[in-house]
Amino acid sequence: MDKFLLRNVGVPDSHHIEVYLSRGGYESWRRVLTSMQPQAVVDLVKSSGLRGRGGAGFPTGMKWGFVPQGVYPRYLVCNADEGEPGTCKDRVLMENDPHLVLEGIAISSYAIEAHLAFIYVRGEFTLSAERLEAAIAEAHAHGFLGKNILGSGYDLDIVVHRGAGAYICGEETALLTSLEGERGNPRLKPPFPATEGLYRKPTVINNVETLANVPLIVQYGAEWYKSMGTEKSPGIKLFALSGQVKRPGVYELPLGTPLRTLIEEYGGGTLENRPVKAVIPGGSSAPMLTAAHLDTPLDYESIAAAGSMLGSGAVIVIAEGTCIVSVVRRLIEFYAHEDCGQCIPGREGIAWLARILERIEAGQGREEDLDLLLDICDGLSGRSLCPLGDAVVGPVRSSLKHFRDDYLAHIRTGQCVQPVAVTIA
Amino acid sequence: MPFSEAAQRELQEIIQRYPDKRSAMLPALAIAQREQGYLTPEAYRWVAEALDTSPTWVASVASFYTMLRKEPAGRYLIQVCTNLSCSLLGAKPLLDHLRQRLGIDVGETTPDGLFTLTTVECLGSCATAPVMQVNDRYYEQLTPERIDEILAGLRREAGTCGDDRTAEGHS
Ligand SMILES: Cc1cc2nc3c(=O)[nH]c(=O)nc-3n(C[C@H](O)[C@H](O)[C@H](O)COP(=O)(O)O)c2cc1C
Ligand code: FES
Repeated sequence: MDKFLLRNVGVPDSHHIEVYLSRGGYESWRRVLTSMQPQAVVDLVKSSGLRGRGGAGFPTGMKWGFVPQGVYPRYLVCNADEGEPGTCKDRVLMENDPHLVLEGIAISSYAIEAHLAFIYVRGEFTLSAERLEAAIAEAHAHGFLGKNILGSGYDLDIVVHRGAGAYICGEETALLTSLEGERGNPRLKPPFPATEGLYRKPTVINNVETLANVPLIVQYGAEWYKSMGTEKSPGIKLFALSGQVKRPGVYELPLGTPLRTLIEEYGGGTLENRPVKAVIPGGSSAPMLTAAHLDTPLDYESIAAAGSMLGSGAVIVIAEGTCIVSVVRRLIEFYAHEDCGQCIPGREGIAWLARILERIEAGQGREEDLDLLLDICDGLSGRSLCPLGDAVVGPVRSSLKHFRDDYLAHIRTGQCVQPVAVTIA
Repeated sequence: MPFSEAAQRELQEIIQRYPDKRSAMLPALAIAQREQGYLTPEAYRWVAEALDTSPTWVASVASFYTMLRKEPAGRYLIQVCTNLSCSLLGAKPLLDHLRQRLGIDVGETTPDGLFTLTTVECLGSCATAPVMQVNDRYYEQLTPERIDEILAGLRREAGTCGDDRTAEGHS
């Protein structure tokens, strides 16, 4: 299929403004500034059906509409913290097409009448931050940012803010706390950021990929966008395909593309053509699916109906021969490491899960441990302050449902009977 | 004054970008770390003064973030991703290879101060796994051979000119 979000990726020097301009860049921004009122941009994005690509799939235009009337200043924050394991799509956009990201931020800021926007870039992404900063300087020099942009009277500055290593800061309220210079602890919602966000002012937070869609929607129209994907999940999506496949990569596909197409046609199938054992379809907290789900369309509704979530579109493939207990343990250890430590269910519960999984993997588990894992999940679900308590239950419950035999084999034989385990320590 | 004039100016310029100077906390700490290699009590005082807050508060914020180091690291900080996508494609054997080549365990620094080896959670580069980061730079689609080339390149860059054998020969 034609590429839109990735249309400039692979073009030499695609991160420079000359290349971006030569390929039609900033035309949407010009059109918005010269011929559209802010509300018209909001309406356009609403009617395109664009949904947030950061994980939750919330309708973008509707979110913009929540900004209360008459309250200023307002801020736009681009969430470039990309930390959900398996997810690596935003980095591709920022490194290769930073101007597309900036154009999306500019149009979206105009739509919500913000004059200052921040890009919260995860600390490890040095190249992304450098490319964005260089692109901002180029855009200023060409009059696309700054004061009285293209003679419109509209002013906008964009600030790149680098994180410093904390997965939880990808969660929007934690991100704002961090951006205010504090420890990145999540805040209770409500109030939602759209009404009370950065510096307690109305703030719209959108993911990099979400914002990168906006110039395309202005250029080609809402009908064009809706002509792709499904009725409830319109448009295009970046899928980060990783794990045991022949050609991992970031692929742009219409929503609703079958999982099998992504894995077999784009990913070239599994390594050594082993059968698919498990697929994590939406980042590491999404419940696991199995080979029986390969014909599921990759859209928000279908993946939810199959018992998982599309999340950020990070698809991790696990082939037959790999031990699921070791996989789940690796995932849970990550959450134990990243837990914000603020509440007891989160802090104790996740660490407890990790200890039991370690015990089972080492062949010292008991059959009762499997019920205990589920009980701990019940105690965690919906009860922790930060969202990590909910994140861990997906992998644990789904693996016990679909791959109980892997657990039982460890418990009954006292060892791992699979050829491959992903154990680190 | 341990912090350079340039660092001072850079920080003042960054503070101007924010409606509230407290927002410059992470950039300020990053500058301090770049200047001194890791965060010292002096750094906390420097940042606190610039942002009108207390050194204790700055230290407390810093302790939340894993990239802010509270102790020195080797000249090259090697961080191997061990999250799921990298582990599915062999992060563990690569980590073992590095341990063996460097003669140190995870969390340790080589006696010459050149390399510190650590593990890290998902670096956001899962589709080009397995991955490691050395200081600011990503190395993707790693193999043991590639790791040997990278280590040799870093040793050359550091001017210790030599492979493992000559390093041993000198010691
Ligand atoms: C634990 C956690 C981590 C998250 N990490 C990210 C992230 O790295 N990037 C991102 O865009 N959204 C992340 N989100 C989602 C954000 O909270 C928020 O929903 C999103 O940035 C909104 O943008 P969107 O509507 O454009 O998707 C995370 C959420 C949770 C609960
Ligand atoms: S799992 Fe290693 S970069 Fe994501």
